[in-house]
Amino acid sequence: MCSLKYGNKEKKTKSILSRNQSTINFQNVVTSADILRTLIRKNSVRVVDVRKEDEYKKEHIKTAISIPLSKVLENETPEMIVELLEKSGISDKTPVIVYDDTFGALAARVAWTFQFVGHTNTSLLETTFTKWKSYGFETEKKNNVFPKAKHSLKINNDIFANYDEVEKAKSDQNKILVDSRERLNFLSEHIPGATNLPYTMLGTDESILREPQEIKRFMENRGISADDEIITYCGSVGTLSGLAYYALRMGGVKKIRLYSRSFKEWKKLGKPIEEFKDANFWDLSAE
Amino acid sequence: MVLKKEVLNYPDKKHFSPKSSPRWGKEEETEVFGQNVKLFRRGKMSEDDFRRFRLQHGAYGSRLQQNYSMIRIKIPSGEITPEQLQKIATLSEAFSIGSAHVSTRQNIQLHWVQLEDVSEVMRGLVEVGLTTREACGNTVRNVMCSHFAGVCPDEEFDSTPYAMAIARFFLRNPVCQNLPRKFKINFACCSNHGLIRIADIGLIPMKKDGTNGFKIYLGGGLGAASFIGHLLEEFTSEKRLVSTCMAVVRLFDRLGNRENMARNRMRYLVNEMGWEKFQKLVIKERSNVEMTISLETLNRYKLDLESLNIKQLSNGKKLPLINEKVDINSDPYKRWIHSNVVSQKQNGYFVVFVTLGAGDITSSQLRSLAKTIKTYSGEGCARNTPNQNFAVRFVKASDLPEFYNELAKTGLANPGALTMSSAVGCSGTTSCNLAITNSHRLAKEIQSKFIELGLDTEDDLRDSTIKISGCPNSCGQHEIATIGFYGGASRIEGTMTPTYTMLFGGTDGEDGVLGKSVMRVPAKRVIPTIIKIIDIYREERTTNESLAMWISKLINGATKDNGNAKNLDDVKASLMETISLPSAKDDPDSYMDYGNDVKFSAKTARGECAA
Repeated sequence: MCSLKYGNKEKKTKSILSRNQSTINFQNVVTSADILRTLIRKNSVRVVDVRKEDEYKKEHIKTAISIPLSKVLENETPEMIVELLEKSGISDKTPVIVYDDTFGALAARVAWTFQFVGHTNTSLLETTFTKWKSYGFETEKKNNVFPKAKHSLKINNDIFANYDEVEKAKSDQNKILVDSRERLNFLSEHIPGATNLPYTMLGTDESILREPQEIKRFMENRGISADDEIITYCGSVGTLSGLAYYALRMGGVKKIRLYSRSFKEWKKLGKPIEEFKDANFWDLSAE
Repeated sequence: MVLKKEVLNYPDKKHFSPKSSPRWGKEEETEVFGQNVKLFRRGKMSEDDFRRFRLQHGAYGSRLQQNYSMIRIKIPSGEITPEQLQKIATLSEAFSIGSAHVSTRQNIQLHWVQLEDVSEVMRGLVEVGLTTREACGNTVRNVMCSHFAGVCPDEEFDSTPYAMAIARFFLRNPVCQNLPRKFKINFACCSNHGLIRIADIGLIPMKKDGTNGFKIYLGGGLGAASFIGHLLEEFTSEKRLVSTCMAVVRLFDRLGNRENMARNRMRYLVNEMGWEKFQKLVIKERSNVEMTISLETLNRYKLDLESLNIKQLSNGKKLPLINEKVDINSDPYKRWIHSNVVSQKQNGYFVVFVTLGAGDITSSQLRSLAKTIKTYSGEGCARNTPNQNFAVRFVKASDLPEFYNELAKTGLANPGALTMSSAVGCSGTTSCNLAITNSHRLAKEIQSKFIELGLDTEDDLRDSTIKISGCPNSCGQHEIATIGFYGGASRIEGTMTPTYTMLFGGTDGEDGVLGKSVMRVPAKRVIPTIIKIIDIYREERTTNESLAMWISKLINGATKDNGNAKNLDDVKASLMETISLPSAKDDPDSYMDYGNDVKFSAKTARGECAA
């Protein structure tokens, strides 16, 4: 069942592991299914399933624990997140791989949260749960519990943006505001000055994120350079923009922040928006 | 069109090798497009130069938003493979709005693509052999061919290979890169199917003394001022097909009006010069072309006659249902068969039409359609039609129930594709700079209402059509509709209101006539007006007279003597109550356009190409 693509990546897995005998330190934004399978076999990774709890109960990737996105968002204070990590047996150095079944957007948002509270050794699974299963890779039903671990709190404010910073970015030529919602939502209304990079552009059928050179080309087309400072946002809680955050990171952008409260908060605060009402583009949809 | 042996024999297997389609696209053009967008953004390419370049490559500016494009994908002869449909689905999802739009000239359009992503879309299209080159701008546009060509019982031979060869011949041809205005070529299969009299060059295949050739009509076209094409000569042999087309294009290039954009289509040249004079010039120019034709020119024209040769099914099932009367309470499958399926000249095979709403199809629907074509079409491809839908051909009768079930899974099994209920609507204010009204939505509203009322089941309405444009420029082809509409704005009771001018009695085909303007109807009264017209027709018609026949008699001034509606003026008078609006205070909605909850105002911008 294994695709050719995964077959090719097997070699890379071995070399990565031989360099890192004890624990792997994730350098890449995404991790291939084959690397994860090896890590699971070696028992040297914590796999985090961010789907709904009952979906986890039905079936999940072998050794995975359940941290649904809703639980992360419920009370999103750094302290609570660290508590969640500790309860899940994740210490400062534990390699963590996050997955979902929503083209990577939920996983991205959770991974970003972990990195925000200081858990840098986090990566996204390249594929979704449905794909993983379709490849015939290892799953199980048992509820995994790990002994409590100790995790420190080191807030990384460099990757977070609040509305105030978004407001300032609007008038700063060197800062780019990226809206990752779908085209028609963006056309209807968006934060003034934002540029649209719909999440639909970021992945393929096989992978939650395209190859880095493709992402780089999309950036280049839009005049975005790796040296630019970027803030990403989307409609409500920062999932789609979480995925865009990682896509742009993959494209080489170093200074990038997520406005996690996104357009929902922006509108609620009565901040200015740019609207376009002179075309009935919604009527083009066939649904 | 080479198919594997087992396909030719048409076994019971349902998988066919996909048709190898011509490679129209070129990778290097996508690179150049990407580079030019960057040059333009950096101010190193002027707006005018960039616009010309952009249009030449099939990217049209979107409504009041020049940072977005409508990408027009040319589908020569409308012939499209499952692989191409799947690619369009993926590209639309990634870079457009997750749905595609079938145009009235066998193009497929992707709307609201960010200018910066156009080259990415083109790159994907080239991978499956498609191109957007010369889909807009002052060039030879997509070459159309009747979707019945090859299967039409009335055709003398299949014109598709000729349409394809002409498309190949003119694509990127230096002779037509900067014409005074766009240029349209349409091939028919017979005198009834094909928009031959509303094109710059319209061709009907015919045989004379065993030789293939064409009846060629010149100088037709719809727009703010429309003309019906003139017959060049009784018979043009296939040997003279290229030289005739070349001669016409060259004459237009040389003599066409390059000053006045509103009057520079070839039909104006023909009209101003007079047909006889133009006709003589074409004949003379053709001699010159034939005397001086170069090797390069000859090599550009390659006729690929290796066409599909599906044998007739020896035990080809007939479709007993097809002519059976249906009504609103009929089984949905029977209703669908009745209004969406016709038999081919090849015994036992059928053409299935896939109903869309004003040409819109989502990415997931495109994928399911691709799968259905792959499984059930004996030629392994489909054609998109000027009625904004898809025709899937060479389908066996025994496969129709499964075909229907597959379509139904993704909401593609609506009835009425071949009836009046499938109203044609251009993109209107959903994306076009020139549009005044939301013709697109209106067409969809009409379709829903007709299906709800079961009007798709009424055989007397079947040969009638409804076509709507959002402005007078006729992309919705309103002038060849039984009941046509084009959008405008009128002040009613002091309030600016979206209105449509209604036309009666247009037809296509060789005997095509243009519709006659009847009256203005407020946008929100269009549906009640059509229904009222049908009511009047039911009361007034003579036995066996279809709506189209009745309307045609009406505009020609001949109706029966008894009854209230004797002539067009009487019918207009009977409609006055239906078209009148309550006061704006009591019902502000009736003064607004579809899809809007604010006061109507007519906003337009400069048009770039009116198709």
